Amino acid sequence: MTEVVPLLDVQDLTVEFQTRRGVVRAVQHVNIMIGKGETLAIVGESGSGKSVTSYAVMRILDRAGRIAEGAVHFTGLDIRDASEDQMRSLRGREMSMIFQNPRAALNPIRKVGLQIEDVLSQHAQADGAALTDKAIEILDQVRIARPRERYHAYPFELSGGMCQRVVIALALACRPQLLIADEPTTGLDVTTQKTVMDLIVELTRERGMSTVLITHDLGLAATYCDRVVVMEKGHVVETAQSRAIFIAPEHPYTRKLMRATPRPGMALRDLLPEDVPAPVPQTPVTNGAVYDTPLLVVEKLVKEYPRKGISEGLGKLFRRGPSPEPEVFRAVDGISFTVNRGESVGLVGESGCGKSTTSTMVMRLIDKTDGTIMFDGENIGDIPAREFATLPLRKRIQMVFQDPTDSLNPRFTAVRAIADPILRLGTVKGRDAVRARCEELAHQVGLPLEFLDRFPHQLSGGQKARVGIARAIALNPDLVILDEPTAALDVSVQAVVLNLLQDLKESLGMSYLFVSHDLNVVQLLCDRVIVMRAGQIVEQGPTEQVLVAPQADYTRDLLAAIPHPTFDQSGH
Amino acid sequence: MSNLALPKPAASNTGLGAALRHARYILSDNAVTGFAFGLFVLIVLAALIGPYIVPYDPLASDTSVALKPPSWAHWFGTDQLGRDVFSRVIVATRLDFFIAIASVALVFLMGGLAGVAAGFFGGWTDRIVGRIADTIMAFPLFVLAMGIVAALGNTVENIILATAIVNFPLYARVARSEANIRRDAGFVQAARLSGNGEMRILLAQVLPNIMPIMMVQMSLTMGYAILNAAGLSFIGLGVRPPTAEWGIMVAEGAAFMVSGEWWIAFFPGIALMIAVFCFNLLGDGMRDIVDPQRRT
Repeated sequence: MTEVVPLLDVQDLTVEFQTRRGVVRAVQHVNIMIGKGETLAIVGESGSGKSVTSYAVMRILDRAGRIAEGAVHFTGLDIRDASEDQMRSLRGREMSMIFQNPRAALNPIRKVGLQIEDVLSQHAQADGAALTDKAIEILDQVRIARPRERYHAYPFELSGGMCQRVVIALALACRPQLLIADEPTTGLDVTTQKTVMDLIVELTRERGMSTVLITHDLGLAATYCDRVVVMEKGHVVETAQSRAIFIAPEHPYTRKLMRATPRPGMALRDLLPEDVPAPVPQTPVTNGAVYDTPLLVVEKLVKEYPRKGISEGLGKLFRRGPSPEPEVFRAVDGISFTVNRGESVGLVGESGCGKSTTSTMVMRLIDKTDGTIMFDGENIGDIPAREFATLPLRKRIQMVFQDPTDSLNPRFTAVRAIADPILRLGTVKGRDAVRARCEELAHQVGLPLEFLDRFPHQLSGGQKARVGIARAIALNPDLVILDEPTAALDVSVQAVVLNLLQDLKESLGMSYLFVSHDLNVVQLLCDRVIVMRAGQIVEQGPTEQVLVAPQADYTRDLLAAIPHPTFDQSGH
Repeated sequence: MSNLALPKPAASNTGLGAALRHARYILSDNAVTGFAFGLFVLIVLAALIGPYIVPYDPLASDTSVALKPPSWAHWFGTDQLGRDVFSRVIVATRLDFFIAIASVALVFLMGGLAGVAAGFFGGWTDRIVGRIADTIMAFPLFVLAMGIVAALGNTVENIILATAIVNFPLYARVARSEANIRRDAGFVQAARLSGNGEMRILLAQVLPNIMPIMMVQMSLTMGYAILNAAGLSFIGLGVRPPTAEWGIMVAEGAAFMVSGEWWIAFFPGIALMIAVFCFNLLGDGMRDIVDPQRRT
């Protein structure tokens, strides 16, 4: 498919950033070539320089960054020496970009149709009456149903997947030759990810465009791209055909990445690199063990929220006709489940299915509307959330939060964060004793002691996750709710953290309620899985059974949406 | 764990040494902040030791040298009673600075805490604090300050109180919106799980996090507080003559502007301007110093 003159030719690219600690080389001596109509994936973990490379190609590096060495040629034009005017006409018309967060990429107070028109008229693609028709046509092309109505929609009226389609529409409006998609589906549900990726690939193939997909997900890259470039710490470590990289990765880093990516049928220990011995001797697989003492029993749990907006107050005066929707919204609609002592239960579903609402209710951070929550024989559901915070029972239910950065107070050091529950609810008293307990916990979660006195922003994502876990287990809880504890982490860090959680569970005898959208991750850690959709449980059962022989259609859809490269993957 | 290790940590992250290093970095990074900080040091010095180093007694009148233009003997000239304007400008720094600091501290306690509580608890607390702020905002602020001083009496304490009250809405609103964002942040939820009561979360977890923005606010209102105090004195509702105070000096000097004795009002006016300018510039620098994100 490739022609003689490549569309984009990056040679020996080095990008430097001026920081307070001197010059940092984010990208070093990178060579990438993309032919016409080719799809290329740049894969790497955070800090690998994959995004910086693409910013350099578009020449949208921030002020501190500059191309120090090398050359970037786009259809023969030298990007490094091009004037800002040339670049402006190039961006959008010849090469365009899809960003990670579609909501942030759209102007929140402008109708999406007008935003598309802006791009069109900017590059003189159409004008006057034709403009609106063209915009609607483009919305139609990205499979937005009822484009004529959606033309008048504001970004907040559309779902995440819809917004990303609008962003794609913006990027493709002027039929560019090169599309750079920077993590276009991170933050979207798997089923939405599948439709968005299918759409991107289909549209670009149809138009003979070239695509650069920047992602951290090897599976996604291999499924949708011809070739894969693997980057680590600013260097390209391997470039190969998707098939080759998936079946026989050559570079050790690629192999490590491959191993760390959860796939069906893998065991938790398989995620760790070959050369790192498991921290605890291989215990027999816990799946299948019998847990019969119920710890948490949830019955017919309901959470309703009043619908906000026009149905309230003054809005009643202006509303025409009867309310189209009921006054309340049921986020959780009568669900029942049990978590036994020592068991790990996965709670799986897409965003908005009520899984987080359920976990926060069980956590006693918000009050239920109806139903019962029994914890070790006590009806904790009836204790108001406000009072629960200071009860001794609080010690026994703890949580690891989704975003390790957000869940640590930026002004507290790591040790202060870990010590917080000990100081409030713990039995350990005295400055030195608390410090000693924190050090013990740090040791348990594998956090080097010298990091204890650092602030959260001085820690890496994995280290912050460890601090969050140490804080959650500080009081030896019986039940720990894990709310997507690895969603914000790189796969290799995720592998380590998941293994850590498993080891801790075994040594401390805790039960886990693991809330996640990722079935592949859930199957590694959980004995049983509960699948939720629209506030209700659609399926629950032993992990094996749900993943291998799902009963509900929805579970099957979820499983099918996980990107699997079609070629044989038994090579490894 | 080798894959998670960072390069070796910096010498130390806590303690005075680190704070000074950090401050020096901020100051050298931003020349404007450095300049503002220099001015600030000058103002503080003038407030602390000014009265002991000035060449003349600021209150001593000597009609033989009245209304003399700036000279080597009297750098800023003399006023209608023959008092040395330079000495008076320097000595006045302490009073004006004290009024500004005290009123800002007071309004931070009142407005900052009320706003944080309003943003964090929401509901009735929010409504009450919000309506109080609205009520204050409904008056022209300077007129309100005049009214308070006129009603309570012409003393330094009342000037401080009046300045604090007129600034209340600014603090309450900034603190409210900042606290509101953090109300359901992960670390606040985590603090609840750790067994912290709501009040403790408010004071120990939320408040420190909105300090950077409050610092900026305090620095900006310092300038406004000085202007307000001087303004009250200017119209005769503040500090009483013959006390040396910038506002009174400008008021007294204003009458002589037309007859060409410009220096009497000019120099205290300049002092006032420099102080306000300095505090406004300092606001930005302050934010950088207290912001933990910039501390690496």
